[in-house]
Amino acid sequence: MKILAFAEQRDNKLKKSAFEVVHTARTIADQIGGEVIALVIGDQVQVIAGELGGYGATKILAVQQPKLGKYSSTAYAKVIAEIAKKEQADIILLPATAMGRDSAPRVAVKLDAGIASDCIAFKVDSGNIIATRPVYAGKALTEIKINSAVKVFTLRPNVFPAGTSTSMAAKVEVTDIPLAESDFASLVIETTQASGKIDVAEADIIVSGGRGMKGPENFKMIEDLAGVLGGAVGASRAVVDAGWRPHNEQVGQTGKTVSPSLYIAVAISGSIQHLAGMSSSKYIVAINKDKDAPIFQIADYGIVADAFDIVPAIMLETKMLLGK
Amino acid sequence: MKLAVCINHVPDTAAKINIASDGKNIDKTGVTFVLNPYDEYAIEECLRLKEKNTGEVIAISLGGDSHKETLRKALAMGVDKAVLLKDESPRDSFAVARALADYLKEISADAIFFGKQSVDSDDAAVGTMVAEMLGLPSVSVAVKLEIANGTATAEREIEGGKEKVQITLPAVFTAQKGLNEPRYPSLKGIMSSKNKPIEEKAPAPSQVKAEVLAMRKPPSKNAGKIIGTDVNAVPELVRLLHEEAKVI
Repeated sequence: MKILAFAEQRDNKLKKSAFEVVHTARTIADQIGGEVIALVIGDQVQVIAGELGGYGATKILAVQQPKLGKYSSTAYAKVIAEIAKKEQADIILLPATAMGRDSAPRVAVKLDAGIASDCIAFKVDSGNIIATRPVYAGKALTEIKINSAVKVFTLRPNVFPAGTSTSMAAKVEVTDIPLAESDFASLVIETTQASGKIDVAEADIIVSGGRGMKGPENFKMIEDLAGVLGGAVGASRAVVDAGWRPHNEQVGQTGKTVSPSLYIAVAISGSIQHLAGMSSSKYIVAINKDKDAPIFQIADYGIVADAFDIVPAIMLETKMLLGK
Repeated sequence: MKLAVCINHVPDTAAKINIASDGKNIDKTGVTFVLNPYDEYAIEECLRLKEKNTGEVIAISLGGDSHKETLRKALAMGVDKAVLLKDESPRDSFAVARALADYLKEISADAIFFGKQSVDSDDAAVGTMVAEMLGLPSVSVAVKLEIANGTATAEREIEGGKEKVQITLPAVFTAQKGLNEPRYPSLKGIMSSKNKPIEEKAPAPSQVKAEVLAMRKPPSKNAGKIIGTDVNAVPELVRLLHEEAKVI
């Protein structure tokens, strides 16, 4: 069995998900027997590809061309599929990130492979890989077995351990896949990154605000608390629909489904569609004036009080604890 | 412009989900089905493009007769033609994409739209799979789109930012919330949609590659403890987060 692990980089930095994907490939390979081939695509990625050395890959491939410095749905999918063919990979793992979720469906079609997206667990059962993935934004979980010869899985970020580097250091091989102009039919021409902002889908700690925040101006305290904790700001659908917060912060069924270590729900009552998107968080804190708010049904710790009193106090207490 | 929009009929996001007795599907009893929320943005974008450039909008849905309800909603919003690819066999993303691609190949649209994902299976794969099957460029999770002289410039969401993608039509787009503000169907639209024909086609059967072995509810979280009802509870909360949960 050969597992191809696509290690995502942006701006010549490996994403955390790259280590998660490679490490998970190693975990599966240990159970099923086989090799792990890590693949990094970009402009000058040979050096950063080396960082994956100790994380469990048998072999690390770097495909580098100046034009691959920017993401292209069509070109990246071609490179991944061509490498998969060349290496005779049976299983392809990608991160369920903006990039992975965009390229994986193309890779699957090119390889006539079934796909399971946004997987949160894998097990091996009589030689078959069974993936667990949430459906209905997490209101249910399915177990998926892919029956095609080649299988494509994308892994939800922040769920699988990234592992630690071991002494088993694989070397980087630079390899080339010839690409024509037409392979870059979908091409990114510009990337804008909100500087220093952690995305809610990738954050380990999320502080989310709901309608009880009363207005957009009061989200300063949510931002401040997220800042102190090194987390991201989230929002309920009501708040996004009211135009108080951008929709990319929305958590829930028509927003993002998240599984951080800590989710602090501030003045969010907890509609079904919101709970679906965040109930798999490891620890949930709810702060709400209404003791009957559904959010308390799934919260590990709750404070029934006015968020405007509690949030600044948490910030002070946390600052003291963290010595900030 | 010939515009196609592929839409799905899914449980309302406010619906509680229970598992059917076969342990592989949801129990549909008492569940309200609606037009997939992300597909509303896809339909709206088509209608705006048609209003700007003239042309026609064709809505396509794969499923059973119940999908006619959702196709009627699309007609009520203003699409010109509705097509039901009538098939109730279980299909994974690949098999859904195959049926849609087969039909879309026949009509050769200038732009094909999808919602960024269907809020039932949440695979977010079908739109981009169709693009690949048809050999077309694509932009997924689009939050902004401009089309001029056969070139599309779209913005898509990425972690902590956006990327701008340029492609030449024909192309496939999957719509994210924020792309536009979908219109409500007018009363006149609703009335006239009732009498419009819905074309029915039978897609070729397709093999399921990703098989659902089981479906279950996630482990239920038990309500934890209420630490207090005022600001005096805060030190204990922070202590628990630090010492018990070890998350800060």
